Amino acid sequence: MAAPKKAAASTPQDKTDGGSPPEFTKEQELKALRDMLLIRRFEEKAGQLYGMGAIGGFCHLYIGQEAVVVGMQMALKQGDQVITGYRDHGHMLATGMDANGVMAELTGRRGGYSKGKGGSMHMFSKEKHFYGGHGIVGAQVSLGTGLAFANHYRGNDNVSVTYFGDGAANQGQVYESFNMAELWKLPVIFVIENNRYAMGTSVSRASAQQDFSKRGASFNIPGKQVDGMDVRAVKAAGDEAAAWCRAGKGPFILEMQTYRYRGHSMSDPAKYRTREEVEKVRHDQDPIEQVRNRLLAAKVSEADLKAIDAEVRDIVNASADFAQHDPEPDAAELWTDVYR
Amino acid sequence: MPIQVLMPALSPTMEKGNLAKWLKKEGETIKSGDVIAEIETDKATMEVEATDEGTLGKILIPEGTADVAVNTPIATILADGESAADLAKAPAPAAQKAAESAPPAAAKAEAPAPKAAPAPQAVAEPDPEVPAGTEMVTQTIREALRDAMAEEMRRDADVFVMGEEVAEYQGAYKVTQGLLQEFGAKRVIDTPITEHGFAGVGVGAAMTGLKPIVEFMTFNFAMQAIDQIINSAAKTLYMSGGQMGCSIVFRGPNGAAARVAAQHSQDYSAWYSNVPGLKVVAPFSAADYKGLLKAAIRDPNPVIFLENEVLYGHTGEVPKLDDFVIPIGKARIVRSGSHVSIISWSNGMTYALKAADELAKEGIEAEVIDLRTLRPMDTETIINSVKKTGRAVTVEEGWAQSGVGAEIAARIMENAFDYLDAPVARVSGKDVPMPYAANLEKLALPSAAEVVEAAKAVCYR
Repeated sequence: MAAPKKAAASTPQDKTDGGSPPEFTKEQELKALRDMLLIRRFEEKAGQLYGMGAIGGFCHLYIGQEAVVVGMQMALKQGDQVITGYRDHGHMLATGMDANGVMAELTGRRGGYSKGKGGSMHMFSKEKHFYGGHGIVGAQVSLGTGLAFANHYRGNDNVSVTYFGDGAANQGQVYESFNMAELWKLPVIFVIENNRYAMGTSVSRASAQQDFSKRGASFNIPGKQVDGMDVRAVKAAGDEAAAWCRAGKGPFILEMQTYRYRGHSMSDPAKYRTREEVEKVRHDQDPIEQVRNRLLAAKVSEADLKAIDAEVRDIVNASADFAQHDPEPDAAELWTDVYR
Repeated sequence: MPIQVLMPALSPTMEKGNLAKWLKKEGETIKSGDVIAEIETDKATMEVEATDEGTLGKILIPEGTADVAVNTPIATILADGESAADLAKAPAPAAQKAAESAPPAAAKAEAPAPKAAPAPQAVAEPDPEVPAGTEMVTQTIREALRDAMAEEMRRDADVFVMGEEVAEYQGAYKVTQGLLQEFGAKRVIDTPITEHGFAGVGVGAAMTGLKPIVEFMTFNFAMQAIDQIINSAAKTLYMSGGQMGCSIVFRGPNGAAARVAAQHSQDYSAWYSNVPGLKVVAPFSAADYKGLLKAAIRDPNPVIFLENEVLYGHTGEVPKLDDFVIPIGKARIVRSGSHVSIISWSNGMTYALKAADELAKEGIEAEVIDLRTLRPMDTETIINSVKKTGRAVTVEEGWAQSGVGAEIAARIMENAFDYLDAPVARVSGKDVPMPYAANLEKLALPSAAEVVEAAKAVCYR
């Protein structure tokens, strides 16, 4: 693996046991590249549209963290559920949700996944088993445990992948959920996306136990720290955790050590960290560059990679176009979907 | 002097119990802490421990006696040197006096007698939901709730119950009694004491299409979970553009029980009925408890089902029908009258009906409306009644500010202003946290006398 590790204390560190993760096949590398690029370009476009005033309210970008959702998704099978907090666009795209529907929701249009009534933080897809999109920090952890409860109740072998951040990891209901998940042996993978800052508060200023993989220790939930910038490491850890869950052994915690390049939200001036810190991670550990470099080293042509770039850009541009031209929801929509 | 053992009050709302079994015989030596008898309440079987030493002198209430009132002397204990002959000196069985003069020998016997039983439900109007000639069975509200859950669980494998002590303990208030035995631990699930967490687990399961019944031991504890109830359960359907909602029932006792003080006595009617996306049901009669709980379980939306601990042991006539479901959102005129409309729900109906009896004696015929559902509120029934009577009194145990009574008054003003002959009067819980002392608690709650007074005031009498 090319990217240097064990750098500054404030950057992600590889603590995955056993050195380098298993190699990807060329097809896997290409898929990972394409899916991560889609998220990055989509988020860049969303940031642009936000700057133009086309997207309102809160908008939390996922740039830098792409390897986490893409790697995890590669470890899942049909019917596995995904649920997360408010930094959710990447999760939606990774589950295969349509870029047009996501972008149109960001612009508050009728073709959005929630008909324009949810916005950036509240989108859902029954078809793709994506359960939101939740704006209250930590709430999705209990809900995701409930998804796992449903799998257990129905006796299927699906798992619930419940994402939350290093900030949410300090919420009380997370531990209530850990307790029930282990007590009832529920098939849930708790993916803690440690991007090192809960809004503007660094992990060291907010967390007594900074090794999040140990956060389930008092409930006997196994945990693992993973290089969340290496999509192969994420996938390998996801495979291990999913196998554990599907075998009926209960929950598993994965601490994904990752990094967000952008501010907490669009309105964040990011005074709590240096420009150099961000630049260093971008330069040394960027999840997309890691894959691109490996593909080039494996003699995949620049032209082939450019074709992927072009395909992704087309999807994103089309989504931006759709999201700006799709009409706003009909006024009558104000009164629908309160009850069914 | 021989010590009297009194029938103990084993819960805040217990008024009477059955003396199931004597574990000591007359003449046997008793040490402090010995279990001397078993008592069955409507909730559980409890052991009575002696708090005094001596010899069991005389058993005053034989085993198998049902409905022994709290504080009734059930036995006498002879101290050292006393003999059966001394029994004659025992004080007369005036319960309260005995409690003062002799130290109570039984666990918790010092607990004072709970509030007097509310008046029986005076149902003057036939229930439109029940076909004429339907056979009725007499049930406690507790049993009606249990039957509603059991019937729905038999009907739909996606329905399950979760909460604290719902399974092995058979329910903190015995509402889930027998469900574990019939449906097993997969569908009747004891949770840890983690309201926030298990409410979220229930909502998550419901988002996949399961139909949880989440029991809160009391709605006071649901404040820990209110984020999941409102932000996750009530809003998801809307936030998802109709794609994902949840069919879930949150149920449990709400409001004041008896002598449990401020943190265990709050009425949340107004809180939940403020929230779009929730349905809020708060019945009074046993039949309504059953029919509305079945409707709540079948409803595709989140339903807050507010019960009342004081009413659990009350009995009522429940129609013996295969599938008795009462639609959510319909009030019921429980008593017809032409002079004043009294509008209430849940235990507020106790004061309303009692007041209506009193008012009738003075020639005022009150129309009493049981709202049954607070959201969606049956405005039409209220307005039609007020158009007839021209006067209205609302009765609630909760606080007046931003209360349900305030909402009813606003709706009457908006829809029947020209029909009003007097301003709407509100009778409510007093604007204080619930006090513990018996006299203060009584003052803090509404009373039939206050309802009578308010009704007379709006009738200018």
